[in-house]
Amino acid sequence: MMEVCNCIEPQWPADELLMKYQYISDFFIAVAYFSIPLELIYFVKKSAVFPYRWVLVQFGAFIVLCGATHLINLWTFTTNSRTVALVMTTAKVLTAVVSCATALMLVHIIPDLLSVKTRELFLKNKAAELDREMGLIRTQEETGRHVRMLTHEIRSTLDRHTILKTTLVELGRTLALEECALWMPTRTGLELQLSYTLRQQHPVEYTVPIQLPVINQVFGTSRAVKISPNSPVARLRPVSGKYLLGEVVAVRVPLLHLSNFQINDWPELSTKRYALMVLMLPSDSARQWHVHELELVEVVADQVAVALSHAAILEESMRARDLLMEQNVALDIARREAETAIRARNDFLAVMNHEMRTPMHAIIALSSLLQETELTPEQRLMVETVLKSSSLLATLMNDVLDLSRLEDGSLQLELGTFNLHTLFREVLNLIKPIAVVKKLPITLNLAPDLPEFVVGDEKRLMQIILNIVGNAVKFSKQGSISVTALVTKSDNRAPPDFFVVPTGSHFYLRVKVKDLGAGINPQDIPKLFTKFAQTQSLATRSSGGSGLGLAISKRFVNLMEGNIWIESEGVGKGCTAIFDVKLGISNESKQSGIPKVPANPQHVNFAGLKVLVMDENGVSRMVTKGLLVHLGCEVATVSSSEECLRVVSHEHRVVFMDVCTPGVENYQIALRIHEKFTKRHQRPLLVALTGNTDKSTKERCMSFGLDGVLLKPVSLDNMRNVLSDLLEHRVLYEAM
Amino acid sequence: MNTVVAKLQRQFQDYLVSLYQQGFLDNQFTELRKLQDEGTPDFVAEVVSLFFDDCSKLINSMSRSLERPENVDFKQVDSGVHQLKGSSSSVGARRVKNVCISFKECCDVQNREGCLRCLQQVDYEYKMLKTKLQDLFNLEQQIVQAGGAIPQHFPSYTILRPDIRPCLDA
Repeated sequence: MMEVCNCIEPQWPADELLMKYQYISDFFIAVAYFSIPLELIYFVKKSAVFPYRWVLVQFGAFIVLCGATHLINLWTFTTNSRTVALVMTTAKVLTAVVSCATALMLVHIIPDLLSVKTRELFLKNKAAELDREMGLIRTQEETGRHVRMLTHEIRSTLDRHTILKTTLVELGRTLALEECALWMPTRTGLELQLSYTLRQQHPVEYTVPIQLPVINQVFGTSRAVKISPNSPVARLRPVSGKYLLGEVVAVRVPLLHLSNFQINDWPELSTKRYALMVLMLPSDSARQWHVHELELVEVVADQVAVALSHAAILEESMRARDLLMEQNVALDIARREAETAIRARNDFLAVMNHEMRTPMHAIIALSSLLQETELTPEQRLMVETVLKSSSLLATLMNDVLDLSRLEDGSLQLELGTFNLHTLFREVLNLIKPIAVVKKLPITLNLAPDLPEFVVGDEKRLMQIILNIVGNAVKFSKQGSISVTALVTKSDNRAPPDFFVVPTGSHFYLRVKVKDLGAGINPQDIPKLFTKFAQTQSLATRSSGGSGLGLAISKRFVNLMEGNIWIESEGVGKGCTAIFDVKLGISNESKQSGIPKVPANPQHVNFAGLKVLVMDENGVSRMVTKGLLVHLGCEVATVSSSEECLRVVSHEHRVVFMDVCTPGVENYQIALRIHEKFTKRHQRPLLVALTGNTDKSTKERCMSFGLDGVLLKPVSLDNMRNVLSDLLEHRVLYEAM
Repeated sequence: MNTVVAKLQRQFQDYLVSLYQQGFLDNQFTELRKLQDEGTPDFVAEVVSLFFDDCSKLINSMSRSLERPENVDFKQVDSGVHQLKGSSSSVGARRVKNVCISFKECCDVQNREGCLRCLQQVDYEYKMLKTKLQDLFNLEQQIVQAGGAIPQHFPSYTILRPDIRPCLDA
């Protein structure tokens, strides 16, 4: 009996070999299918980024199930039970489900995966591009570095030859050139001469004319220009059978002058002078000129131009400096010579000043003495002539000496307070006798607002007025002479380059002297004030004078910050001399200053006035004491500052201290006396006796608290005046 | 008698004037004479003799300083010159004073030779002045003995200072 078994009989062909192969294949497939997910898991675990895990799981499941299917297939080759079939079916069903799901999923996934690929490609391209750009930047930086280095080399020297040589050498090195040459324009500017080359030590000095078309082409642009290797400027190397001459580039180098540099501009390339730089690549190298290399060349050419111009500037400035030094030395010598000459002249003047005056005065003195004795009329006439001539001579000498001092600028006005009205009257009194003899009436008009007491140089002002009025008298044969003095504020008749501005305590005095005498040709007027010039038309030889009077007057007027001029309508029509001078207005209503031989008898009594004299020099101490005793004072003397401090007391009204000895110690005593007597009315007045009276001494005395300064040796009258002023005002700084 | 006195006075005056004109004396001496009066009849003589004593002392000390050429104490010499200059200008010894001025210059540049020369000159000048003044004082004495008065005032022309002079050319 045949049992119905639940086994399924495979429908086999009886081919066992095929079965075996299928069996083996299924086995391997299963193994593979199982290992793939393992591998996937392994590698995905390894990788950090994989966004599709779910897909992986699905895929893994799909493969596993496929594998399972194939594995189960192994059992179906032999008689299998229903269980196996069931399992097989289940597996297949699952596999089918998963596969469909996976297939559906892949439809979504695969475009994504593909786009990843696209992005990857895109990024790769970008990276390549960036790489390229980096390459470019690096190249540029290299170029820049080269340029900087070159520039530094070129500019580190100011010597022309070094600059050019360095340029060629560095360029040759940087660009690996075969030959590099510089053509400079000749002096005529019509040719270019080969001046520097890199390889050849002694370049053959040959020239090319500057008007070649290739040269014009290069000079026409500031860029580097490729030129043919066969052009005349490039034919420098010995052509020794080279197949392919390297490419040649030429660039212009402007030769700038100092005048091209404006302060705030770049140098204008308005110069026409260029040099030519020619650069040759090595032959047979198939190298090409790259853009960055050309840029390098252009930049270098500019730098060379600047460096050359700096070198030129430096050369010029060195030359100028040498010239200046020479001039300096020459000037120094000249100045020293001039100083020596001035000193010699001053010495001469100083000596002659006295030496000439002494005999002069002797003559005058003795002649006047002689005049007072018994003389016959002829003798009297002779003596008078002698007197007149000698006083003339004395005047002349004084004039000449004054003038040289005036020109020197060493003459200073001696300012003092004086009575202006009295001055005019005195002048007139001096002139009147002569005027009366010549029958020329003189009138004096003083403006009502003319100040009476003024500050100025009385002596010199008198000299000026006397000179002018004297001239008026001298040159008039008839007519009258009028002297007018007024205060001028605004001036409408002075020469146009002079403005009168009255300031606070000063005023401008205008004096007009009008005569109806000979007059002056207007053309001669400018000459009047030049020394030694005499107007020929009316010089009566007996009138004498040296022509210096007006010149001196003019200088005095200028010293007084004024102006002097003469107006005349012509010969025979008289003339008017006008001058303005600046004078100060005095606040004092009484006369002080230059003490005249006893004009104001002093009634001040010094009897019993206690004074102290301090002087290290015995002789001068005795003299000063004698002086003061004669005036009636009670005098105590000390010979040192310590002694002075010991002896001085509030009973002493005045202390005279000698400060002639050099050093500041003498002045210290003034301070110590100030310290000793704190109450002002108890402190004695302090007066310094000194040998020089310049401003610094005065200032120093004032700064040390002295009440007055006196110039030694002191005359009796001086001392008298000084004492009375001092006791009245308690301060005295004018008695010099 | 009067004529004798007058003659003596005239002689005195002329001599004095000549001293001024030869440059031995200057204004200061005049001032000095003004200080002499009945109360101090010998003032001038005293001052002058003090001055001469001073001179000789200073000259001696200065010549000692200048003796050895190696170590000349120019400071000391300078102070001596300064003193001498001061004294001579107080007295009116004009020539002595002038020599002192050049002496000071030599001292400033430390010129020993120059200093020695100036020292010699100072010595000569002061001795000369001493002699002259001695003669003058002798004349004075003679006048006093003859019963006359010493002329005090001088004709103003002896005040030798250029002053305002009228620039008259006619």
